[in-house]
Amino acid sequence: MKSSISAVVNGKPVQTSVEPRTSLADLLREELRLTATHLGCEQGVCGACTVLIDGQPARACITLAVGIDGSEIRTLEGLDQDPLMFALKAAFHDKHGLQCGFCTPGMLISAWDLLRRKPHLSEAEIRVAMSGNLCRCTGYQGIVRSIKSAAENWARRAALAQEQGA
Amino acid sequence: MKPAPFSYHRATSIDDALSHLKAGDAMVRPLAGGQSLVPMLNLRLAPADKLVDLTRIDALKQTEQRADCIRYGALVTHAAFEDRRVPDASNGLMPFIGSQIAYRAVRTRGTIGGAVALADPAADWLTTIVALEADVALVGRNGRRTISGTNFAIGPYMTAIEDGELIEAIIVPRRPGSERWGHYKVARKTGEYAESMAIALIDKALGKTRLVVGATDGAPLVLARASREIAAGNAGDSLAVVIRTELADSGRDFSPEKLLLHSTVAMRAVANSEKR
Repeated sequence: MKSSISAVVNGKPVQTSVEPRTSLADLLREELRLTATHLGCEQGVCGACTVLIDGQPARACITLAVGIDGSEIRTLEGLDQDPLMFALKAAFHDKHGLQCGFCTPGMLISAWDLLRRKPHLSEAEIRVAMSGNLCRCTGYQGIVRSIKSAAENWARRAALAQEQGA
Repeated sequence: MKPAPFSYHRATSIDDALSHLKAGDAMVRPLAGGQSLVPMLNLRLAPADKLVDLTRIDALKQTEQRADCIRYGALVTHAAFEDRRVPDASNGLMPFIGSQIAYRAVRTRGTIGGAVALADPAADWLTTIVALEADVALVGRNGRRTISGTNFAIGPYMTAIEDGELIEAIIVPRRPGSERWGHYKVARKTGEYAESMAIALIDKALGKTRLVVGATDGAPLVLARASREIAAGNAGDSLAVVIRTELADSGRDFSPEKLLLHSTVAMRAVANSEKR
């Protein structure tokens, strides 16, 4: 039996009904056609489906759609005007943070959450914090460099903004 | 890869959840953070006819500070410990443990009660609550009861939780400020389940020690003899022999490699307690 849910997805109210076994990832991709959320392993290991639920990163493949009733969901599409995400995308472009691009949406969302919580991280800390997102192309070198570079650009920008404000 | 069909109930209170958990022959499972259960459903490893979603029950999210303990609601997430959004009385051990379970996107949803209820031998909280001498508060149709964390797990994925019972809270005693903790974990990959883990709580001022080894294919092992010897000042190679002998005598039938792994991890946990 289907259950009706309502949520806010990328700022827009959504009302729909889902089977209890439908994952949030399938709801986003199949029904809402938000295909930036990628499905790799479908068992919570690869991180390609990482989205934000009420501002917190989560695996959409192991989140039941029926359970997100009343929540605010943000996918990569919903961060296209976000300045930190813009900095991350530019850095991934610059420092070869992707090859095939399959893992990239999850990488970007995890990195976005990471830099918001911990803007000043060493390379080793970035590697540990990003260990929940798998990439089978890059060997991670470019991804770590991209995140480090985005973090530095972001910190410079924040310092500049503070200077101008003062 | 999709789960087999099941029905779903979003519980509004503990009583509501308990009344839905009773279902005769049907396989009804409580759903907390879902970070283990939903992958198992996706892989069709865990059969379920019905899920009772606990995540909207506010009573399970409360943390209560008491004079001698802190009572963490079963739904407190690993990330809440990591971010210190809940109080700590373990000299920082619980925030540390919370910070290194799986990955951030799992920690934001996974809960301490759910992890303890699953009782995966290789999971972090089970060994931690045994080390901290915490209690597990259970609620069922016949009322409430409390069981010590040490007696809670009775085997791999097997616990003292009875049919139709839920974990309501984890009750952690306030540890003495003079206590130092050491932790060591071996995992094949960052964030993966442990191959072995150990926690040593050493209080030189009070002369007390508690050494616990986890990921032992069953309930965590409290090494009582090694703990007494550490408190009496035993260290180095002679302590390693005591630990290895106690593990070998535990009846768990460890292979020589596992024996070496667990005893090495226990020794490193003891050594790490000196760094704090």
